[in-house]
Amino acid sequence: MNVIETVRIGLQGIAANKLRSGLTMLGILIGVASVIVLMAIGNGASVAVTASIESLGTNTLTVRHGTFSGDRDSTRTQFKDLTVDDAVALVDPILAPDVVSATPVVTAATTCTFEGSSYSTSVTGTWPSYFDASNSPIGTGTPLTADDVLNSRRSIVLGQTVIGELFGDVDPLEKTVTCGGVPFTVVGTIEEKGSSGFLDADDVAVAPLSTVQSKLTGYGSLDSILVQASSSETSTAAESEVTSILDQRHGTTSEANRDYQVLNQAALISTVQDTIGIFTVLLGAVAAISLLVGGIGITNIMLVTVTERTREIGIRKAIGARKSAIMTQFLIEAMVLSVIGGGIGVLLALLATRITIADVTPVIVPSSVIGAFVVSVSIGLFFGSYPANRAASLRPIEALRHE
Amino acid sequence: MTPVIDLQGITKVYGSGDTEVRALDGIDLSIARGDYVAIMGASGSGKSTLMNIVGALDASTEGHYALDGISIDDLDESALSIVRNRKIGFIFQSFNLIPRTSALSNVELPLVYRGVRRKERRERAIAALASVGLADRMHHMPNELSGGQQQRVAVARALVAEPSLLLADEPTGNLDSRSTGDVLDLMGELHDQGRTIVMITHEDDVAAHAGRVVTLVDGRISEDQRNSA
Repeated sequence: MNVIETVRIGLQGIAANKLRSGLTMLGILIGVASVIVLMAIGNGASVAVTASIESLGTNTLTVRHGTFSGDRDSTRTQFKDLTVDDAVALVDPILAPDVVSATPVVTAATTCTFEGSSYSTSVTGTWPSYFDASNSPIGTGTPLTADDVLNSRRSIVLGQTVIGELFGDVDPLEKTVTCGGVPFTVVGTIEEKGSSGFLDADDVAVAPLSTVQSKLTGYGSLDSILVQASSSETSTAAESEVTSILDQRHGTTSEANRDYQVLNQAALISTVQDTIGIFTVLLGAVAAISLLVGGIGITNIMLVTVTERTREIGIRKAIGARKSAIMTQFLIEAMVLSVIGGGIGVLLALLATRITIADVTPVIVPSSVIGAFVVSVSIGLFFGSYPANRAASLRPIEALRHE
Repeated sequence: MTPVIDLQGITKVYGSGDTEVRALDGIDLSIARGDYVAIMGASGSGKSTLMNIVGALDASTEGHYALDGISIDDLDESALSIVRNRKIGFIFQSFNLIPRTSALSNVELPLVYRGVRRKERRERAIAALASVGLADRMHHMPNELSGGQQQRVAVARALVAEPSLLLADEPTGNLDSRSTGDVLDLMGELHDQGRTIVMITHEDDVAAHAGRVVTLVDGRISEDQRNSA
């Protein structure tokens, strides 16, 4: 009695009752497919959000002026400005070895116009290192230069959203765009970074810091300092270096009266990924329940099959089928149900994950495909073993007497 | 020569205490090779119980049973399966073919469980079907065959593994008179070829085909006589 024969007998059993076998497979199929698809959606959301944060630069820290917390220390009498000197002080090979550059940033909310069209955006006044620190590669033209900053030139570099709104199909280079009443010459464009969901990384207009301060914002505090760490791994070390330098310069005595805040992109990414990870696990758990229900469906249908075929089991035993042969026959029937159901489920999930659902492009987690399939096979084995054992333990005379 | 069946003091008791039923009460019976024996008795005489014990489907409460020289009193379930597969060919009243499975596959089945290779199995199954005159029906499903044909398939299945004993339980009970004649003629031929046949029946005219008639009453042998041929 070899395995192939037993598999053949098992397949015959399944073929004999196609509708019932099909419905049983459907249970496993839906379970497997939903595990894979839901995991893929969770993963896809994580990938999308991570990419959108990464488009701002993964190894950057943003030092912002002011504090977001409501419970300010009331004994604090004044807020020190965030200054260009602060930015310069942060680039210190001894006190801050992990800081590569620090770029002062001011922003002015203005309306920019070009010929007939106008668009409300914010003009960023900064230094040339901004493009590198904010992960904004130049598409066409040139970036700002140190010369532009020193001479307060009215040069501007535009993001793709601003270009689309103002210029349409016209080449923006060397054109004059008026922002907040100040004419600027477009010297370069930033490559499209893509917007994903909550943030449009292409809605930027970058001009020299000196120009923006003199013409638009005045010489108050910087809005922020963009600090570039040597890598995303060192960003946490850079964060503490930045904090200690600024605490000293601003006379901060405790966290409560700190007049600035440091945002760490790497930390933000890991926080967001953790959050989405929890939801992915949650989705997967819900899907896993449907897989379990599918498994119970197999047990149920195999029990019905065993009862229905009691007489057949009796005949087989009378003509010399051993307990193990009957056991294997019914186990294989259960396994075939779950393997085919699981296999079709995987195929269906692979098709379904090509569809973008609610702005999220699902990204398949390979381990979920293998995992779901392996689990569905084990479910066949586990949930099939009880009915199979029951069939194998039937006593031949009783089974033969069964009508 | 060792008898094919050697029963000594076989007793089978169902239940216990007040509800105790002695289905068999000390059966001594020896059946020689090549014999054609009919076991007769009214319902409740214990003949089905005897058939189950002889067929190694059930164990006796007391007594010894040797089949073809092998004592099967102490065999476990797995060993009993092997004994049934190699030594006994069953023919049932209700044919007991496996549904939705062709005549050929049904006949092959004992050889499948014995582990015979596919090619040899097929050849032997075809030969067995030919010997019962059903070579042209081997791809038919049981529900496409008449009762007589189904019983002949069952006989072919019982024969295919070359057992020491053919055990028939009311083989003609569900058949019309013409098919009954066919099946009994077939059993006669098999007996002429030297096979040992034990047939359980309650009909005198069926039992008349056998060479020896054992009659059971209340779990005991009341009569054991040879038919004059």
